[in-house]
Amino acid sequence: MTQLFRTSAGGWIDRAAPLRFTFDGRPYVGCAGDTLASALLANGVHLTGRSFKHHRPRGIYSAGVEEPNALVEIDRGPGRRTPNLQATQVELYDGLAARSQNRWPSLRFDALAALGAAPGLTPPGFYYKTFMWPGFAWKRIYEPLIRRAAGLGRAPREPDPDRYANRYAHCDVLVVGSGPAGLSAALAASETGARVVLCEQDGLMGGALRDETRALVDGCAAVDFLKQALEVLRARDNVQVLARTTAFGVYADNLVALAERLGDHLAAPDPSAPRERLWQVRARRVVLAAGAIERPLVFPDNDRPGVMLADAARVYAKRFGVRAGSRALVAASHDSAWLAALELHAAGVDIALLIDTRDAVAPRLREAAARAGVDVQLGTRMRGARGRLRVRSARIEAPNGARDVPCDLVLAGGGWTPTLHLFAHVRGKLVWSDALGAFAPDNVREDLRCAGACNGALDLSGALAEGWREGASAAVFAGFPEPAERAFRVEDDWPCAGGAPAQEAPEGEAYVDIQNDVKASDYAIALREGFRSIEHVKRYTTSGLGADQGKTGNVNASALVGALSGRAAAQVGLTTYRQPYTPVTFGALAHMARGALFEPQRETPTHARALAAGATFEDAGQWKRARAFPRAGETEAQAAAREALAVRGAAGLFDASTLGKIEVAGPDALAFLQRMYVNDFSGLAVGRCRYALMLHETGFVMDDGIVARLAHDRFHVTTTSGGAASALHHMEDFRQTEFTQLRVWLTPVTEQWATLALQGPRARDILAPLVQGFDLSPAAMPHMSVREGALCGVPLRLMRASFSGELGFEINVPADNGAAAWDLLLEAGRPHGLAPYGLEALDVLRAEKGFVIVGQDTDGAQTPADLGMARMVGTRKGDFVGARSLRLPHLASAGRRQLVGLRPRGPAPGLEEGMQLVGASAPAPGTHAQGHVTTVRQSPTLARTIALGLLESGRMRIGETIHALTPDGALELDIVAPAFFDPEGTRLHG
Amino acid sequence: MLLIPCPVCNMARPEREFRYAGEAGLVRPHDPGAASDQDWTDYLFARANRKGVHEERWRHLHGCGRFLVVTRDTVNDRVLQSVPA
Repeated sequence: MTQLFRTSAGGWIDRAAPLRFTFDGRPYVGCAGDTLASALLANGVHLTGRSFKHHRPRGIYSAGVEEPNALVEIDRGPGRRTPNLQATQVELYDGLAARSQNRWPSLRFDALAALGAAPGLTPPGFYYKTFMWPGFAWKRIYEPLIRRAAGLGRAPREPDPDRYANRYAHCDVLVVGSGPAGLSAALAASETGARVVLCEQDGLMGGALRDETRALVDGCAAVDFLKQALEVLRARDNVQVLARTTAFGVYADNLVALAERLGDHLAAPDPSAPRERLWQVRARRVVLAAGAIERPLVFPDNDRPGVMLADAARVYAKRFGVRAGSRALVAASHDSAWLAALELHAAGVDIALLIDTRDAVAPRLREAAARAGVDVQLGTRMRGARGRLRVRSARIEAPNGARDVPCDLVLAGGGWTPTLHLFAHVRGKLVWSDALGAFAPDNVREDLRCAGACNGALDLSGALAEGWREGASAAVFAGFPEPAERAFRVEDDWPCAGGAPAQEAPEGEAYVDIQNDVKASDYAIALREGFRSIEHVKRYTTSGLGADQGKTGNVNASALVGALSGRAAAQVGLTTYRQPYTPVTFGALAHMARGALFEPQRETPTHARALAAGATFEDAGQWKRARAFPRAGETEAQAAAREALAVRGAAGLFDASTLGKIEVAGPDALAFLQRMYVNDFSGLAVGRCRYALMLHETGFVMDDGIVARLAHDRFHVTTTSGGAASALHHMEDFRQTEFTQLRVWLTPVTEQWATLALQGPRARDILAPLVQGFDLSPAAMPHMSVREGALCGVPLRLMRASFSGELGFEINVPADNGAAAWDLLLEAGRPHGLAPYGLEALDVLRAEKGFVIVGQDTDGAQTPADLGMARMVGTRKGDFVGARSLRLPHLASAGRRQLVGLRPRGPAPGLEEGMQLVGASAPAPGTHAQGHVTTVRQSPTLARTIALGLLESGRMRIGETIHALTPDGALELDIVAPAFFDPEGTRLHG
Repeated sequence: MLLIPCPVCNMARPEREFRYAGEAGLVRPHDPGAASDQDWTDYLFARANRKGVHEERWRHLHGCGRFLVVTRDTVNDRVLQSVPA
């Protein structure tokens, strides 16, 4: 029998089902029903890790989610290494392999423990004070060193191979916690039909009822009451019981996030089943029955392995049949620690002494101790613990003097802290309770109520009664009949008085936040250095900033800061708890939303054609857009150059379907567009189009496109691809809320039309034979006109427009006909030398012409004049969106950055978009940047590098030079007009 | 995540169906051309950023598409009222 500390009977474990596991490579045996922590303790292992900052040896401290010390790494194969798991929460399975963390070379001998041995070395704030200079050293020396020394587990490097599920649910009442209060709340709430979800973070339901072997509920053992209640709940169709499910966050309007763990407790999880499931539950009312967490006592070396929360040791004995040690000193300031002492004594642990800081306790406690033969000393406090890797003795200070008590276990029970993390997530108000020595909820919210220990009802009868009351009231709140009253008769309930929090800061290594290595004396330092607000003290000392969010330490921290600064803990307050209550895996948060399911993918009507042609693609928002169509042996850049030359020399075909398209119709459609765009459309005849600029009300360009007049009261308007949604939103905003008297309707038709841009000198020759219904000749259809007819019998909306500088058409056919039209045009164009082209060639062609791309050459702070488009702004049409702003001094002033062309003298491989423009070739640090480069392209037509940029007073400086700052030095550029090719625009009128 | 009642769809719907559109109750000067620079920049940029009961615009983007004026208490994140803008 290896499990020397296992009792012979009792608990929720199966002694007949041994499970093998390893810890740091050493083999051990535990039982089915164990946690990793209980199995280690059963084998006499306390030492489980090294502390975060001081590398102090640490042991298992608790039996629950508050565990600050026993963090381990569980390795289940590639991509399945999980760091920072609490050994108290890891359910044992056969073959489990756990490792301790933050130690080198070994757990028993840790080289960095010198940090802990020299206590003055790492005071609070030492990061801020110590590693200041020289500047370069932070990145190269200090940070890597600190990261190696501090920190806990190692993140896995491989992709997560597991599957995670996601579920939305609605219910009337969500009960968080299945202890006595939660259980009775769920019973009451579900009795009259309300839909109830009951979630429990542990694998074993029941909370404190699991370990209650003394008190009787309604005449039966508490454990039997628990089993019956669960049977009742599981039999009800309107109840969903979720085990291993942590409610980790409450959000606005009672949206509660739950993480359900489905596979981690199994030796061989079903590979097709999800590992975890994220629940997003919208509840009419939440009943929070989250219980309470026992508070540690603050004394020197209170972090030594073998020092443990008193009730945790009781839980190990009762739930897991494990004696946490052989000889215990129990240090109490609360009645519950007396119960721990007595029950451990009954389980075979020798109780060396039971001390209590109080001078008097209820006679019932003393009688029970006397009956059991447990020695008691009142008015006595802890002064220290000896033993490095395991406690050897406890130093106590009794009224008659100090002495050492030999023991291998020190159990500290300093009272109970209501678990109010979830309550605080939605800014529930906490009020100080002297009776608890902790903060309690004001419990006045209608949608979220606390019941049981988290509301201060620490006794079994109180928790059961309060749970029933809140469950019943929740059902009524959700519109269901009130269930009949139910009184629970509890016999032999244990008293629950005491629990004043820490009031003095002992010298030495007396830890308050054990996980983050914050000592009592650190608070004094923080206060001395001027930090007063508990929020500031928290950040300076890092108290409560650990993964456990100060579950054990926070109340002691507030009380201590109060005592040290002459304030009551109530005045000091508590730092804000944030979601998540306990750590949640990224997998659960991402659930299905990864890989191809991360975001919807939008494909143009010719997507399959582009794929088949071997096109390269670019993600533009959700769109997949073809970048180029490389032929065998071509690079993407070579393909783009060939495609651009094809457009200039013959013709090219481009799928422009991603352009936003809005149909604007109504008697006041013209008046509306007059107000939404800078242009004056009053002279725009039916059948003509115009390039148009849309401004924010602030006067800055937000979008551009073409406004085509189809009829007196109907326009086809295009927007940029990326701006389609926001341009429509902007137009709807003014239509619905500002220009409400205008009779106009907006219909987004982006996905109704496939748009194919046919550009190049041969475009008309290719297209004309295929079109029915109108004449394409230059006289009949000049540049910037629109016609409706048919393309080989399919409805056609044709615009003569060009973003390439060549004769061009934008062919709109119904989206379903887009691929067929693509095939048809490529076939018809083959004799003419037509080539499909992608975004890369498009960008070269437009850059050669100096056409801007909104969002590339603009950054949301350019006026039309900045872009050289002041002439487009209608001056006689009255107000439009953005008009007034253009007259504001800072928008109308001289010296603004203006769009210019930039031409390097030779090849300029180092020139990149975003580079700053400065006057000097060797600028001193702090030199004023006069502008920046927005576009750089290799022009195959001109056989040179061309660029666009925004430069202060740029248009007045054409003919001068400027320097772009590259990593290899300044590069001289000629300032030229933006149009590098065919500046007169003769080609597009061809 | 907020639940926002949509008076047009006549349902409370989750926040992610909506797009936020800034503080409500801004008055665009009747004749912007006649507004002073100060009045105009106040209209553009000055916001009350109220703590407490706050009127704000939301558009039910993935629903009816309508702009709404939603009254929300920014202290406790409760939506008190929602009407078409």
